[in-house]
Amino acid sequence: MATLEIHDLHVTVEADNATKEILKGVDLTVKQGETHAIMGPNGSGKSTLAYSLAGHPKYTITGGTVTLDGEDVLEMSVDERARAGLFLAMQYPVEIPGVSVSNFLRTSATAIRGEAPKLRTWVKEVKETMQRLNMDPAFAERNVNEGFSGGEKKRHEILQLELLKPKIAVLDETDSGLDVDALRIVSEGVNRVRETGEVGTLLITHYTRILRYIKPDFVHVFSGGRIVESGGAELADKLENEGYEVYTKGGASA
Amino acid sequence: MAEAQNIPVGSTTAGQIAVAAESTVATRMSAPPSFDVADFPVPHGREEEWRFTPLERLRGLHDGTAIATDGGLKVDVDAPEGVIVETVGRDDARLGKAGTPVDRIAAQAYSAFEKAGVITVPKETVLTEPIRIAVHGEGGIAYAHQVVELGAFAEAVVVIDHTGDAVLAANVDYILGDGAKLTVVSVQDWDDKAVHVGQHNALIGRDATFKSFVVTFGGDLVRLHPRVAYAGTGGEAELFGLYFTDAGQHQEHRLLVDHNTPHCKSNVAYKGALQGEGAHAVWIGDVLIEAKAEGTDTYEMNRNLVLTDGARVDSVPNLEIETGEIVGAGHASATGRFDDEQLFYLMARGIPADEARRLVVRGFFAELVQQIGVDDIEERLLVKIDEELEATV
Repeated sequence: MATLEIHDLHVTVEADNATKEILKGVDLTVKQGETHAIMGPNGSGKSTLAYSLAGHPKYTITGGTVTLDGEDVLEMSVDERARAGLFLAMQYPVEIPGVSVSNFLRTSATAIRGEAPKLRTWVKEVKETMQRLNMDPAFAERNVNEGFSGGEKKRHEILQLELLKPKIAVLDETDSGLDVDALRIVSEGVNRVRETGEVGTLLITHYTRILRYIKPDFVHVFSGGRIVESGGAELADKLENEGYEVYTKGGASA
Repeated sequence: MAEAQNIPVGSTTAGQIAVAAESTVATRMSAPPSFDVADFPVPHGREEEWRFTPLERLRGLHDGTAIATDGGLKVDVDAPEGVIVETVGRDDARLGKAGTPVDRIAAQAYSAFEKAGVITVPKETVLTEPIRIAVHGEGGIAYAHQVVELGAFAEAVVVIDHTGDAVLAANVDYILGDGAKLTVVSVQDWDDKAVHVGQHNALIGRDATFKSFVVTFGGDLVRLHPRVAYAGTGGEAELFGLYFTDAGQHQEHRLLVDHNTPHCKSNVAYKGALQGEGAHAVWIGDVLIEAKAEGTDTYEMNRNLVLTDGARVDSVPNLEIETGEIVGAGHASATGRFDDEQLFYLMARGIPADEARRLVVRGFFAELVQQIGVDDIEERLLVKIDEELEATV
């Protein structure tokens, strides 16, 4: 069973000619089949955690360990992490001019699976997955994220999640900027992947809204660069009613 | 109905876009066209037509100090049956019919060449194999002139392949008879030190079709002037270009489409990728629709992809319309960059860095490469693009 273990993770970022510590000792274990929601106020370091796990060059790891089934993730390059089974659905996916969605998906699937998928089954697989996400087939011929609406970008991220079948999926604010219909479609996509029982999901969000569609097994409150409280789904209800204030005022400022 | 567009999309810190201020194509040249080099003053670099070009790297082509050397250039022509291949003297009446030199180096080339090549495809001859002209620099200085003439309703593909090292000023004339169809692929695959300057004139006959691919990869400095004018109504020109400008290279393409005849079409699309410190690409796209050219339909586009810091693009589309009675006219220029976030995104999907770059650049060029229609050239270009990318860090 795949397990992602994060232990005492410290991360800094360079900003305005100064080094700023964003993550201040994160401990978290995500196992295949589990869904963890990480919730926290803006600026608490949630997205930094997501991007640090994926290996974005902007972030410097200054302490701690991250392992996937015992393998040192921090030693891996960005593409190696993806091939090892880590997936990050991005909050702001970038445009890639000149590269069509279909070409991108196939190149990516070939890299992740270690061999080119058989063309006939691949075309069918992509088509059916797109249909379930309510995506027009013409979408495949557009350039990656170029001119996509906010909802299209998120659906495209979840399309990749479904096709690439990672061991651990990190969803960075996948719910932000979506209307209710789009949120439902995207959540259904995530749930299809979860129902296979083969993915561990780390759902990063500011709002509790998405948790009505995607039921977490664990909820963690993130504040001041670390997890300050963990609990079950009921913790989300508490946040819904009381907000983050109790966390931002108190314990995290130590 | 006139429809003019100017869409500079996404200028970035890496590339620069300048859109020409109002000026007429003819008057902003420092001297009127002429076959005689003496009619042009030696450029000092501030003239509109020279301001992007590093004169000190022209190796004397612009100031008369570059003297032709013996055996500096080897030219081999491989033509299918039915094609007439000749070498002629300066007095041959077929030379210079397609256009007149517009700058000092083109006039220098015209004034200095000793023998010219003339390739004729007789009327109604339809070739199934390309005519191949291999131009190989052997390290010398050379001036040259080449004419390719198609008789009425003739059809041909011509591949001009430039390799090796040379300091070359050469003009090419394409003359298309009525209803003729000519596709030209000019590949500048020079060694690193080569300097190549030239003017390519196409004169398109009534209902004739001219399609040109200018592909520039090599050289220290390449500066080409592809120009089109029409000899009758119904002519069509498609001018495509690809360039891959590396560290220290200067590659300049200056186009002019002169809509001097009613009911003609033109479509210009040039795409370039740049990488490395001091890589400099210049694209000037002039389209002139003269008052008499009613029914003109034209569009021109330039796209640049900047792969690394330190590269510079100057892209200047310029459309002049002297009549409103046209079908359409537009132009667009955009320079974007392949940045770290794009690389991160592709790598986060398991794609290794070198493959990610290749994916983006191949995708960028694909739509043009696929239209060439000469298999070995298409293949070579894709290999070439990959090689260029492997040269990056």
